[in-house]
Amino acid sequence: MIPELGHFALVLALLLAAAQSILPLVGAARGEVRGALLMATGPTTAIGHAVFVATAFGCLMWSFAVSDFSVENVYQNSHSLKPMLYKITGTWGNHEGSMVLWLLILALCSAAVAAFGQNLPATLKARVLAVLGMVATGFLLFTILTSNPFNRVWPLPENGQDLNPLLQDPGLAFHPPFLYLGYVGTAVAFAFACAALIEGRVDAAWGRWVRPWTLAAWCSLTLGIGLGSWWAYYELGWGGFWFWDPVENASLMPWLLATALLHSAIVVEKREALKVWTILLALLTFSLSLLGTFLVRSGVLNSVHAFANDPERGVFILILLAITVGGSLLLFAWRAPSLEPKGIFSPISREGSLVLNNLLFATACAVVFVGTLYPLFADLMFDAKITVGPPFYNATVFPVFVPLLVAMAVGPLLPWKRADLWAALARLRLAAAIVLAFAVLYIAMVDRRLLPALGFALALWVVLAAGTDLAERIRLGRIPLRESLARARGLPRGAVGGIIAHAAIGICLAGIAGKGIAPERITLMRPGEITTVGPHTLRFDGQRDIIGPNWRGTAGVLTLLRDGEPVAILEPQRRFYPVQRMATTEAAIRTSGIADLYAVIGETSAEGATVVRLHWNPLAPWIWVGTVLMAVGGLVSLTDRRLRVGAPARRRREAAVPAAAE
Amino acid sequence: MRALVLALVLLATPAAVSPVVAPAWAVIDPREMLPDPEQEQRARTIGKELRCLVCQNQSIDDSNAGLAQDLRRIVRERVTAGDSNDQVIAFVTDRYGDYVRLTPPFNAATAALWVSPVLVLALGGLAVFGFYRRRQVIDAPAPLTEEERARLARLSAE
Repeated sequence: MIPELGHFALVLALLLAAAQSILPLVGAARGEVRGALLMATGPTTAIGHAVFVATAFGCLMWSFAVSDFSVENVYQNSHSLKPMLYKITGTWGNHEGSMVLWLLILALCSAAVAAFGQNLPATLKARVLAVLGMVATGFLLFTILTSNPFNRVWPLPENGQDLNPLLQDPGLAFHPPFLYLGYVGTAVAFAFACAALIEGRVDAAWGRWVRPWTLAAWCSLTLGIGLGSWWAYYELGWGGFWFWDPVENASLMPWLLATALLHSAIVVEKREALKVWTILLALLTFSLSLLGTFLVRSGVLNSVHAFANDPERGVFILILLAITVGGSLLLFAWRAPSLEPKGIFSPISREGSLVLNNLLFATACAVVFVGTLYPLFADLMFDAKITVGPPFYNATVFPVFVPLLVAMAVGPLLPWKRADLWAALARLRLAAAIVLAFAVLYIAMVDRRLLPALGFALALWVVLAAGTDLAERIRLGRIPLRESLARARGLPRGAVGGIIAHAAIGICLAGIAGKGIAPERITLMRPGEITTVGPHTLRFDGQRDIIGPNWRGTAGVLTLLRDGEPVAILEPQRRFYPVQRMATTEAAIRTSGIADLYAVIGETSAEGATVVRLHWNPLAPWIWVGTVLMAVGGLVSLTDRRLRVGAPARRRREAAVPAAAE
Repeated sequence: MRALVLALVLLATPAAVSPVVAPAWAVIDPREMLPDPEQEQRARTIGKELRCLVCQNQSIDDSNAGLAQDLRRIVRERVTAGDSNDQVIAFVTDRYGDYVRLTPPFNAATAALWVSPVLVLALGGLAVFGFYRRRQVIDAPAPLTEEERARLARLSAE
C-alpha cells in the first residue's frame, strides 16, 4: 500500500510539474496584468509538486526502514540485519532512490523560490519557476519511466541482498545528499539565467538574486566532494584521497565552474559587467551537473563509483542532456546579443582579476572535461583504447592552478575599475618575504623534493595573502588596535567569507602537499614485533576476531609506543560482508590535528605473519579542515546583509539551508 | 608466463568481468618487494603508471586483484633484469596496448588530448584580449551633452 501511494504521488508530482513548466510561462508572456492569474499558478504548482515528491520520498524511506522486501529496490539494496542508519541512508544508496532524492531537492528548491521570492519581479519569478518545472518534468519522466523505485517483486523474497558494503559508511551515507544539493542548486542559477534571457534583462538585482543560490550550491558541492574524498581516504585503504576517477571528475567540473560563476556574479552585482559571460557560466555549470549525472548513471565510463548503471537509462539522460544544453544554448545564442554591456574596467583591476580567475577556472574545467571524455572520443573516432589517468591530470591541471593561486592573493587587494598593480604587490611585500624565507629554509633543511616545497610555499602565500587582505581592510597597525578591532566587527560578511574561503584554500593545499612527502612502511609482522613509520614506533600485538551486525572480521592490534611505553592502540579491521560476499578494509587513523598515523592490515600468511601497511601523513587532516572552512566561508558570505534585502529574502535563504540536512 | 596467459584471458572479456570483480583494496604484500630499495622504489613508480586492467580505474600499485599482482611481479622481474623504466612500460604496453598506460602516449590519436590544455588557455586568453580591445573602442566615454554640462555646472555650484 505505502509503495503504491509513493508511486501515485510521483505521478501526481509529474502532472503538477508539467503544469508548473507551462502555465506561468504563458502568463509571463501575456504580461503583468493579463497574465497575473496564470503566473499565480507558478508558486502553487511548485509547492504542490514539492509536497508530492516529498510524499514519494517518505514512502520509499518508509519501505527501507521497515525492510519491505516486496519492493524490488529494497530487496536489491537492503537487508534486515543492516543497521537502521544505513537502512535509511540506503534510500539514496541506489540508482532509483538517488533519483528520488535528486527530485526532492529540486522540488524543495523550486518551492523555496515560490514561497520566499516575493521581492522578485513577477514575470521573472514566473519564468524561473517554469524553467525549474521543466527540469523537474524531465527528471520525473526519467524516474517514472526507467527507474521506478516502487516496483514490486513476486514471490516475496525472504531477505534482501544488502547494500554494497562500501556504501555502509557514515561518510558516504551523506555524500550524495550534499552533492545533489550542489548539483540542484546550480539548477536554480540555470533557471535564473534562462529566465533572464527570456526577459532580455540582466542587472545588479539579478546578480544579487543568483549569488546566494550559487553560493549555497557551491558550499554543498564543496562539502559533498570533501566527504567523498574523506571516505576514499579512510575506506579505500591506501591513504589516497583523490583519484581523478571519471565520477570524481564529474563532480569536480561543476565545482570548478560554480567557483568561476560565484566570482563573475560579483562583477555583475557590483559593476553590471560580464553579464553575458555570467549567464553562459550559469548555463554551463548546470549542464555539467547533468553531464555528471549522465556519466554516473549510464556507466559510459567505468569507474569505482559505477554501482548502478544501465545503457538504456543513459540514452534517456543523454536526450535530457541534449534538450537542456541545446535548448539553453540556443536561447543564449538568440537572446544574449540583446544584453547591453555596461561597466568599463581596465585589465588591471578587481574586475580584471576576476576575469583571470574565470579564465583559469574555465580552463581547468575544460582540461578535466577533455581528459574525462577523451577515452570515449578516441575509441569512437580512432578506435584507440586509451586510458587518461592521474598522471595526465597532475601534469595539466596543476600548472593551471599555480598562476591561479599566485593571482588569488593579489586580486582582493585591487580596487575596482582601474588599479595600480605595484601598489597591491607592495602590500604583499611582507607575505612574499616570509614565503621566500620559508621556501629557502625548507629546501635547505627539510626536504629537497621541489613539488611538495612548491605546494607548501603556495599554501603559505595564499594564507598570508588572506591575512594581508584582512589586515589592510581593518588598517591593522596604522590606526589604534581598538579601532582596528571595531572595523573588523563592521566588515561586510561577504568580505569576511571571502577571506575565510581564500585562507581555507591555502590550508587545504598544505594538506595536499603534505601527502606528497608522507612516508609509508609496508611490512610483515608477527605478534610482538616492532616497526617505525615517520616519527612513530608501533608494536604489533596480534589479531582478534570481531563480529558486526551484518559482517564479521578481524582487527589487528597495533600499540603505539612512546619511549617504550604504550600510549594508544590502533585497530585496523578487515571485514567480510557475507550477503554481498565482499571484503572491505577499515583503516585505523590516529590524528593529532597536524598529522595522521594511518594503519591498514592485510592477509596473514601460513607462518603467522600479517601484512601491515602504515602511513604517516603530515598535514593530511588539513585537507578536510580546509574543505569545511571553504564551505564555512561560503556560509558566512551568505549571511551578508547585501544578499538579504528585506525579510522575505532572509527567510528564503534559510529555507535553502535546511535542505542540506535532509 | 602463466601470469601472462591468465592476464590475457582476463583481458579478453574486460567489460563482462569488471563489474564482477569486487574492488580489492590494496595492502601490497611485502614479500613481493625487491630487496634493493632503489629498485623497489622504481617498481613502485612504474606501478603507478600502469592500469590494473580488470579494476575500475586503479593502478596496479593500488590494487590487490590477481592481475595487478601478476603485473607487479612482471614489472619487478623486468626491473631486476636491468630494464629502464621506459623499457618496462614498453614491455607491458607491447602486450596489453596503450590502454594499460595511465599516462596516454603522444600519438595521432591523443595529440588533441595533449594539446587541448594549451589550446583552451590560448583561445580563452585571445577571447579575453579581444574583450578588452572591443571595450576600449565601445566604451570610450561619449563627450558630455549640452544638458549634462549645464547640470554639472549646477552641481558644482552647489
